Amino acid sequence: MDGQHLTKVVLLACGSFNPITNMHLRMFELARDHLEDTGQYRVVKGIISPVGDAYKKKGLIEARHRLEMARLSTDSSDWITVDPWESVQPEWVETAKVVRHYYKEMLEAEQNTDDVDTVKYAKKRRIEENHFGVSSHQKKDGLQLMFLCGADILESFGVPNLWKQEDIDEIVGRYGMVCITRSGSDPHKFIHQSDKLWQYRQNIHVVREWVTNEISATQVRRSLRRGRSVRYLLPDGVVHYIQEHALYSAESEQRNAGVVLAPIQKNTEVS
Amino acid sequence: MATRRIPLVLLACGSFNPITNQHMRLFELARDHMHSTGQYQVVGGIVSPVSDGYAKQGLVLAQHRIAMAKLALQSSDWVTVDEWESQQADWTETVVTMRYHYGRILKEYELSTGEHKDSSGNPSPLSSPCPQLKLLCGADFLDTFQVPDLWLDDHVEEVAGHFGLICVSRGGLHPERAVAASDTLSRHSHNIFLVREWVRNETSATEVRRALRGGLSVKYLIPDSVIEYIHQHNLYTEDSERRNKGTVLRPLAKQATQPGKSLDD
Repeated sequence: MDGQHLTKVVLLACGSFNPITNMHLRMFELARDHLEDTGQYRVVKGIISPVGDAYKKKGLIEARHRLEMARLSTDSSDWITVDPWESVQPEWVETAKVVRHYYKEMLEAEQNTDDVDTVKYAKKRRIEENHFGVSSHQKKDGLQLMFLCGADILESFGVPNLWKQEDIDEIVGRYGMVCITRSGSDPHKFIHQSDKLWQYRQNIHVVREWVTNEISATQVRRSLRRGRSVRYLLPDGVVHYIQEHALYSAESEQRNAGVVLAPIQKNTEVS
Repeated sequence: MATRRIPLVLLACGSFNPITNQHMRLFELARDHMHSTGQYQVVGGIVSPVSDGYAKQGLVLAQHRIAMAKLALQSSDWVTVDEWESQQADWTETVVTMRYHYGRILKEYELSTGEHKDSSGNPSPLSSPCPQLKLLCGADFLDTFQVPDLWLDDHVEEVAGHFGLICVSRGGLHPERAVAASDTLSRHSHNIFLVREWVRNETSATEVRRALRGGLSVKYLIPDSVIEYIHQHNLYTEDSERRNKGTVLRPLAKQATQPGKSLDD
């Protein structure tokens, strides 16, 4: 295959990752398979960007732990990375700004190294095969950042005050997104019913999950509080880390209880 | 503690073609559940892959299925792989496999309690309670009892009555209904433990094989070590999926009935 004509894609997933589960990691694998199957894209990197503590979500434990667990989970991956930038911001950062930040970084990395694959880390897979496709005159439009999310995020675009309309324009219209569907949700219908999303429908890649895999971090925390096993739902390294630091307890679940979620507070102040 | 907990071993039979994270989740869920009854102490888990004689379509050689299960369970400190069933030349009824393992467990127990016998040769009150063996299965397995002539009555009686069943329910299945539909199962309902899986996680080995044939990623569905093994031995291909195609499943040929295998997929 002639790699020259493939658009290189960096996938970005934002969220609490409280804690990261196998399902989060599966989303990356499913998205990559789907995009590369189209014959138009080559996925060169995945970025996990845990939200900062200022997000104020109930039960959200400290970013340094969530970051470390995400790092442990991606140890065995040769293309998924964890970026601390968002998680260390003192204030909550709108997702559109996060996407903008990584887009800028991606372009800079491309200019500096002419090869985003090396990513400064030892994630070297595909480097040989990439060698032909990547050259110093690689055009900017041969490189794309896509926002990776579950169908729940897509549907959250309809929740009042959660998203600014211009942010949706930027994320979906300018960058594009990959949406992994879970059973019981119909993103195509949702896109059809939203004038805004319909306008950008060609930028939204809907990926159907072929095995039901609804591991939610909420359920994982619940099991942990009750002393139930979460093995094989999370990577072993994460299970050990949680035990070692006694991370999820009844107390930790009360963190931020009664506090308004940062985005809602911010967007209601503005309007 | 007022009463001693009964030591319990969980046995899962099936193709394990290949073993998935979901198979291992069943063990974790069952152990948590049995501990929460306050009556049992789970002391071990056994994965028993079916023998090649089962003749199921797409079934790769037992030697590979065993190797993969061993790799997957390397990190478990309580679930192990047993090769006995897989080494039998012919397919073995589940109840026969259970008898074999229980015999083995009892022998070990008798050896360990030998020292605790009192002067008259009876086990002293100090010795631990007699261990039990129960069959671990998915909810779809219970439905196989409803199929006419699929199971021999005395086998159902022995599996449910003598040994006992632990059944982990997935998504939309209603195991209570399957128990109610069978007189034998209802009679032994105190010995059938239904475990509800709250996290829907329905990885099937069939879907994993399909993905592997199609070149799709199965990472995070099966352990990395198993993925490596599959690639190394080029295990799941169009060719391997045609194995045993058109062959009558051994249980059907053997007794003109098909006792379901508990963790078939």
